[in-house]
Amino acid sequence: MSAVTLKQNEEKFSKLQLVIDQWKDKEGPLMPVLQAAQDIFGCLSLDVQKYISKELDIPVSEIYGVVTFYSQFTLKPKGKYKIGVCMGTACYVKGSQAILDEISKELNIKSGETSEDGLFTLDATRCLGACGLAPIIMINDDVYGRLSPGDIKEIIKKYKD
Amino acid sequence: MYFYRSHVLVCGGTGCHSSGSADIIEQFNAELKKQGIEKEILVVQTGCFGLCEVGPIVIVYPEGAFYSRVTTDDVVEIVSEHLVKGRTVKHLLYHDSITEEHDIKSLDEVPFYQKQKRLALRNCGVINPEDIDEYIAFNGYKALGKALTEMTPGEVISTIKESGLRGRGGAGFSVGLKWEFTSKAEGQKKFVACNADEGDPGAFMDRSILEGAPHAVIEAMTIAGYAVGADQGYIYVRAEYPIAVQRLTMAIGQAREYGLLGNNILETGFDFDLELRLGAGAFVCGEETALLASIEGYRGEPRPRPPFPAVKGLFEKPTLLNNVETYANIPQIILKGSGWLQEIGTDKSKGTKVFALGGKINNTGLVEVPMGTTLREIIYDIGGGIPKGKAFKAAQTGGPSGGCIPVEHLDTPIDYDSLAAIGSMMGSGGLIVMDEDNCMVDIARFFLEFTVEESCGKCPPCRIGTKRMLELLNKITEGKGEEGDIEKLEELGEGIKIASLCGLGQTAPNPVLSTIKYFREEYEEHIRDKKCRAGVCDALLQYTIIEDKCKGCSLCTRVCPVDAISGQKKQPYNIDQSICIKCGACLEKCPFGAIVKG
Repeated sequence: MSAVTLKQNEEKFSKLQLVIDQWKDKEGPLMPVLQAAQDIFGCLSLDVQKYISKELDIPVSEIYGVVTFYSQFTLKPKGKYKIGVCMGTACYVKGSQAILDEISKELNIKSGETSEDGLFTLDATRCLGACGLAPIIMINDDVYGRLSPGDIKEIIKKYKD
Repeated sequence: MYFYRSHVLVCGGTGCHSSGSADIIEQFNAELKKQGIEKEILVVQTGCFGLCEVGPIVIVYPEGAFYSRVTTDDVVEIVSEHLVKGRTVKHLLYHDSITEEHDIKSLDEVPFYQKQKRLALRNCGVINPEDIDEYIAFNGYKALGKALTEMTPGEVISTIKESGLRGRGGAGFSVGLKWEFTSKAEGQKKFVACNADEGDPGAFMDRSILEGAPHAVIEAMTIAGYAVGADQGYIYVRAEYPIAVQRLTMAIGQAREYGLLGNNILETGFDFDLELRLGAGAFVCGEETALLASIEGYRGEPRPRPPFPAVKGLFEKPTLLNNVETYANIPQIILKGSGWLQEIGTDKSKGTKVFALGGKINNTGLVEVPMGTTLREIIYDIGGGIPKGKAFKAAQTGGPSGGCIPVEHLDTPIDYDSLAAIGSMMGSGGLIVMDEDNCMVDIARFFLEFTVEESCGKCPPCRIGTKRMLELLNKITEGKGEEGDIEKLEELGEGIKIASLCGLGQTAPNPVLSTIKYFREEYEEHIRDKKCRAGVCDALLQYTIIEDKCKGCSLCTRVCPVDAISGQKKQPYNIDQSICIKCGACLEKCPFGAIVKG
C-alpha cells in the first residue's frame, strides 16, 4: 500500500470510530454502524468487519452473518455508477425485463456484476416506489422513467463520457 | 408575516420529484423574483397529490388551477400569464380538471378524486411536510393534546378499540386489541414501533404518507406511547426511501424543538422520544418479529409466535408495532371519536384504505377509498380504465402475499374479508392492473422468484418449497411443462401455507394458487399446447412472416443476429424456427407489420 492510500485508510477508520463512539452505548448499534461503514468505505471488507467486531464486542462471525443477509450490504466495491433497474410489479408488467436485458447487452454485464472499467454496476432492484413513472431505472440518485429499450443507449452514453 | 395573494403548490412526492419537481420550484422562485412578485406569491413543496401519472403536478390557489406534466419551460408562462396577468394557462391544465366550458373544476369534482375519501392522506398535497407549523395549522398535534390532557390511557385504548380500526399492513388485526395487549403486558419498560419497511413491489402508500405528512406518524406514535406506557419509539424505514428518511429526520427534530417529543411533553409529565432505524434491503423485515430482530442488530429472521411482540418484543420488552397507514388514522379518531370512523366503510372493515394503483391503468397513482368500494369503481371511475383500449384481465392485490382477481369479481366490495374470500388479501395496498398482454403464469413465476430470493431460509417449507414451486413454474413457462405439474403446484402450495413459520411463507403460494384457480386454462395451454396467449413466455413464442404483407424488402434479414431469415428480394421471406432465438429484432424493424409473434 502506498503512503497516500494508507493515510486515506487511516482517515476512514477514524471516521468510522466517531460513528462507533456515537452508537456504542445505545441498544442495537450494529445496523447503523454497518450502514455508516459502508458509506465511508464503499463496501464492508473483512478488515472493516473485524474492526467493528473488536469495537462493539460482537463476534465477527455474527457480523458476517448480518452483512451477507441484507442485500444492501456488499463485500466488494461497486462501480462508480450504480444502475438499478426496478423490478417491482408495476415496472415488470410494463416491460422492465426488456430494459434490464438491453442494459445488460449494452454494458456486457449481467445483473449483480460490475463492468471491467469499474464504471457501472448493474442490479435488478426491488420496487423503488415511483410506480407512476414505470418502467424506471436509477443511476446513482438520478431517476429515468417511462422508458423503452430504445432509450438506454443514450442514457448510458451520458455517463460514459 | 406576509399575506400571499396566491399559493403555488408543487408536488414533492417521489414520482414528481423524480421527474424534476425540485427544478420547477427553483424555477418558480427565480421567475417570481424576476417579475418582482416574490412577496405576493408563495411556492410550497407538498407531499403527493396522488395522480402520479400526470406529474409533475402544480396547483395554483385560490383558483385551484391544476397544471399537469409541468416542465421548467412551462414555469415562465404560468408566472407571466397566470400569476402576473391573472389568466390561467389553459393548454397546461390537466384535461379532466376543466369543464366543457373550460372552467376550472374544484378538486373534488375531478373524476380521479370524486370517489375518494382522503383520511390517511388528508394532509398529503395540502401542506408543506417540512414545516411543523403547517401541520399544526391543520389541527396537528391537537389529538396528542387531547389524549394527554383529557383522556386516560385506558380511554385512548377503548376509543381506538371501539372505532373498529384494523391494521393496515397485512392481516388486518384489531388495532385497539393490540394496544390493549401491550398496555396490559407486564414490565416497566415498553416500546412503540412503526413498520415503515414497505417492501411489497408496486406499493408506495406508506412512502407517500411519510413524505407528505411525517408529523401524523410522530403524533400517533406519541399517543400510542402514552396509551401503552412506553417512553421510547422506533421507526423502521426502508433505506430505499431517501426523501421519506430526510423528512422524518427533519420532523422529529422540529417536534423535539416544540416540546412535542422529549421530556415532559405539553407539561403533562409524559416523556416520549423517537429514533429512526434504516432497513438494509430485506423484504422479510416487514414481518414483525423479523423487523424487531433487525432493529436489535441481528439477521432479520422471524421467530415463532407466541410470545407475540405485545408480550415479548424489542429487546425482550413488550412492544407495540403498527404500520404507517394505521398510525396515520389515529389522530383523527382521537379528535373525532370512535363513532366517526364506524360510519365509514363496511360492517367489519371500518374506515378507508389507501391503494397504490399501478400497472396497466390510465391514472397511475395513489388513491384512498372507503372500505367497500368495488374494484370496478377503483379501476374504471378513479383509475380511468385500461390504456390503449385493451381488455382487463386481472387485478393483483396484496403483492407477493396476495392473489390475482379476475373480471368476474370486479364488483366485489373490497374489504379485508371479501378479498380473503376470493383468494387474495388486502396486504399493504398495492393494486396492480393487468391486461390481455400479461401472462398469468409468468406473473405467478415473477412473484415466486421474488419470494424465493427474499425467503430468509430459516424454515424448510418456505426455503425449499417455494424453490420447488419456482422450478415447476420455470419449466412450464419454458415450454417443458408436463401433465400433473398443476396438481403438484397446488399440493406444494397448500403444504407451504400450513407449514411455514411466518407470514411470508404462509402467503407465498397465493399468487400461484389464485392464478391456477381463476386462469387454469392458461396453465393448461402452456403445458398441453405449448402456447402463451399473451405472447410473454419467450420459449413458447413463434415469430412468423405473413406472406401477404411481406414486400420482400430484406430489412429483417439484416437485423437478424442469427441469420434465421431467408428469401429472395421482392418475394415473401421465411423464418427458420430451428434457428430463431426469438429476440424480436425483426418484428421491431419490419416497416409493413408483416411479422407477428404468438
